[in-house]
Amino acid sequence: MARFTGKKVKETPGLNMGSMSDIIFMLLFFFMVITTMRESSLYVKIQVPQGTETSKLEKKSLVSYVNVGVPQESFQAKYGKEPRIQLNDQIADVSDIMQWVELEKADRQPADRPYITTAIKADMAVKMGMISDIKQELRKAGAYRIFYNARKGVRQ
Amino acid sequence: MGKRKTPGLNTSSMADISFLLLTFFLLTSSINTDQGIARRLPPLLQNQEKPPEVRERNIFIVKINSKDKLLFNGEIGDVRNLKERAKEFLGNPQNKEDLPEKDEKFIKGFGETYPVSKGVISLQNDRGTSYDMYIQVQNELTAAINEMRNELAKNKFGKGYADISNAQRDAIDEAIPIAISEAEPKNVGGN
Repeated sequence: MARFTGKKVKETPGLNMGSMSDIIFMLLFFFMVITTMRESSLYVKIQVPQGTETSKLEKKSLVSYVNVGVPQESFQAKYGKEPRIQLNDQIADVSDIMQWVELEKADRQPADRPYITTAIKADMAVKMGMISDIKQELRKAGAYRIFYNARKGVRQ
Repeated sequence: MGKRKTPGLNTSSMADISFLLLTFFLLTSSINTDQGIARRLPPLLQNQEKPPEVRERNIFIVKINSKDKLLFNGEIGDVRNLKERAKEFLGNPQNKEDLPEKDEKFIKGFGETYPVSKGVISLQNDRGTSYDMYIQVQNELTAAINEMRNELAKNKFGKGYADISNAQRDAIDEAIPIAISEAEPKNVGGN
């Protein structure tokens, strides 16, 4: 009978942390896959206007961006305080757009070229004269699909 | 020599390391959904080509000046009324004389004809117009077209425009096209 009366101390077993890293890795891979690193830093300040009827921009790989805005403070000495155009990673002039469109076309598969969209990401304070000039250049270059970037807002 | 037992790797810090990586990607990632308004630019007109003539009742002129003020067909207007005006113009529900004509057009997706409006909204802006105002006007015009498409989709297919199939959506798009024409840029009001 003695064996039944022996005192046993019960300890709570520690949590098994072995699978923790697997779970975290899974999360990590998820974020690694969905993340898109910003390819180029912006030299211009942009606050896009707001709209209620915005739609999503499809097929990111076929989109090229035209950024328009006043240069950031640290670049104002170099580029001035007037609104400028940034194509990819450099400040450019309106007259450079046609050549840039050709380069962007050359980067894509021939079958995809008609579907290239040019997203105009412009600051809300920019005057339409500049935007019209850009649009005229895009028409000359044959880039007819455009997209005005805007924030999603709610109708009052 | 007795066999030595290899000690297990201490993996408790593994979680910490991967947490660190995780937070890095969490912070740097931006699930950037670019939102905006899609449009198609018209091809450049050749010099010898004349722009097509449009009858007066089929055109609704929206002008924005350099002070961001609006004119609808020559009358002072407000951006808040623009959606209703555009819907009335494009829809012409009472078939009024001074609003656009309609063209009975066979649409495959409906299997019958539908009166497609011949109306065109002509958008004219000055070089001094702010981009913000321009987008607001474009937004209101898009809102008018979207609402009309939604109503038609409910009528024809019993579901909203967002819920119908792609083929059905093409049919609706054919029945209610985005009839917005933009004038060649002009400089009227100065910068």
